Amino acid sequence: MEELGWGSIFARMAIQFMPVWIALAATFAVSIFWKRRLGLYGKLFDSTIGMIGFAIVMFWIFTALFAGMIVTHQPLAQVSGMRNALPGSPLPDPGGRYEYYLLGGDSLARDVFSRMVMGARRVLEIAPAATAFAFMVGITLGVPAGYFGGRLDTALSFVANLVLAFPVILLFYLLVTPEIVETGIPMYMAAVLFLFPVVFLCVLWNARFFTDPMRRNIYVGVTLLIGLWVYSGLAFNADPLGVWGMSPNLLNVFVAVVFVNAPTVFRIVRGLTMDLRARDYVAAGQTRGEGPWYIMLWEILPNARGPLIVDFCLRIGYTTILLGTLGFFGLGVSPESPDWGSTINDGRRFLSIYPHPAIVPAFALMSLVLGLNLLADGLREESLKD
Amino acid sequence: MLKFLLRRMGVMLLTALCLTFIVFMLTNLPPNLEKLARTEASSRMSDADVARWLERNGHAQPFWKRYGEWLGAAPGWVHVEDGIATGRCFTGARPAEEVVEGRYCGILQGSWGWSTVFRSNVSAVMGQSLGATGVLMLWVMIVMVPSALLLGVFAGMREGSRTDRTLSTVAIVSTATPEYVSGVILIVLFGSATVGISPILYEWGWISGRTLFMGTSTSATDKITFWNFTLPVLTIALYGMGYIARMTRASMTEVMTAQYIRTARLKGVSFRNVVMKHALRNALIAPFTVIMLQFPWLLNGVVIVETLFNYKGFGWTLVEAASNNDIQLLLACSVVAVVVVLITQLISDVGYVFLNPRIRIS
Repeated sequence: MEELGWGSIFARMAIQFMPVWIALAATFAVSIFWKRRLGLYGKLFDSTIGMIGFAIVMFWIFTALFAGMIVTHQPLAQVSGMRNALPGSPLPDPGGRYEYYLLGGDSLARDVFSRMVMGARRVLEIAPAATAFAFMVGITLGVPAGYFGGRLDTALSFVANLVLAFPVILLFYLLVTPEIVETGIPMYMAAVLFLFPVVFLCVLWNARFFTDPMRRNIYVGVTLLIGLWVYSGLAFNADPLGVWGMSPNLLNVFVAVVFVNAPTVFRIVRGLTMDLRARDYVAAGQTRGEGPWYIMLWEILPNARGPLIVDFCLRIGYTTILLGTLGFFGLGVSPESPDWGSTINDGRRFLSIYPHPAIVPAFALMSLVLGLNLLADGLREESLKD
Repeated sequence: MLKFLLRRMGVMLLTALCLTFIVFMLTNLPPNLEKLARTEASSRMSDADVARWLERNGHAQPFWKRYGEWLGAAPGWVHVEDGIATGRCFTGARPAEEVVEGRYCGILQGSWGWSTVFRSNVSAVMGQSLGATGVLMLWVMIVMVPSALLLGVFAGMREGSRTDRTLSTVAIVSTATPEYVSGVILIVLFGSATVGISPILYEWGWISGRTLFMGTSTSATDKITFWNFTLPVLTIALYGMGYIARMTRASMTEVMTAQYIRTARLKGVSFRNVVMKHALRNALIAPFTVIMLQFPWLLNGVVIVETLFNYKGFGWTLVEAASNNDIQLLLACSVVAVVVVLITQLISDVGYVFLNPRIRIS
């Protein structure tokens, strides 16, 4: 069979991405039609930058969702004779498989295109979740630190600055090694870090509904039930039902990323809280006799949401970069994992002869981070217009 | 001011102490020590042999004692076996009678220990690698700071104009491209003999070598040339540039809407002069802080880029030390990194006060 030209490579890739295009078109049609009723999300569609960013981000999210339909080969399948094959090379003996390696083969004769698509799934599984956990930790500690100030603030800020003074890569090299997994340190860290969302939600419900014990008990009870169930699975891999769980390596990477991100979130939240604490509505709440936790979580936090949402978008991008860094130094989830950082690391050995195995994930990673940055920019612009 | 400085110094010292302690703890975890023993002596040692090796090399003592020794607050260990002594304060084995016990040799005494990877004194290794990184950083700063400031000032001069939109997009793209991505792209574009623009230029006879720039910087350790040093410098500079440019732009747009700029314009001062004489000086205060705080980030970039381009500087040393669990060298690296971070924080705080007369410490 003939080798494909660049035109037909792109055409074939576009066909493979068909589910993504349909989903994207549907999302945009629905969102633009109802945009006046969708609050900040709807306003995003007034800004070109925001729309471009949103489109790129959604492209990768849908790619991760439909990855099973998009891939042309199994991400780990090796086909003999396809080692370092150029983009568009035909398989020597297809035998029912897809006839081409659309973006070529890597040094182990695996399909670069399929690995890139599966890599999106790996990256988008970890990055947003890790960022969300970092936000939970940062908010749970940052709001009280900013509101109460004093000793608590000094102590927490010192710890946060301590973590921030660490060069990230040194921290990764110390925290993400097989030896560390042996000692159980990641599990202890997970035990502490993963407790924050549960604590946060319990305090949140209690602050709001403690005057109505019946409802409070239901909310807190349900939170504790589900929260501790997930907690036992994620942190200790001891979920009785076996639904939640993480492999020790994945847990290690996850915890390290949360640990690196949380202090920055803490500083942002603390700053915002200190700023908002001086507002009149907080004083009004205090005069009404509202408790400190109610003021913090139900008055200050909602008013800080604008900058926090923007930072959340930026931080997912940053987390993606961090995960890539981990992969780049070979500290990733597992050696054959298709995530972009590891693939770039694998591809860089023969970079000047066969650039495609490294360039493809590099562009994928760059476009996702760029999309998140543009989205954050659009959101910031639109939220400032209020 | 003096009190503020002293306080900051105190906090800095405490931070450095805590951080080195954490690094010490993490590098000295039992599995790490066992791995070290197996890589240093023999990979097929029995557990008893490992224990003996650890004892002979001073790793079997209580944790606090070892940390104290490293700091120089406790006397270095001496281990005597069959009349042959090994110890922290001297290299190799000596007859037991020559050795004086109770000597201090930690970092307080200026002794940084022995690197097991490079088989040399840590201070010698660090001196060499820091020198190499210093040169790299210098060139990065020379490239990055002026271009970032120019980009930011031009973008922020007229907010919302086409120049602004274009330059802001450039800045966003550059912040969204981490070093390991831009490095890979730059190598493929300029440093490869088969793809990118080098083959074309070679065919046209514009360049004498096979490639426009070199894809590795191993040779730059001996002699830095435009050919082998451009790509690493460019890679680090690109990532940092976008961020500084965006900060400069934000600060510039803010200044350009200020009252005194309008007054100057109404007075009839030309736009050029308004920008050069009135706006710039005030707009560059915020970026100064950002540039200083950028150093810790550059440290990350340095590690990635030096690994990617195989340039034997600080980052490369750090990676070598970390992947081989070279405890003393890793500790020295972390001390350097932490000191760099803390000092830049201090300089940015102090510099901010000096540059901005409105802010005085109460």
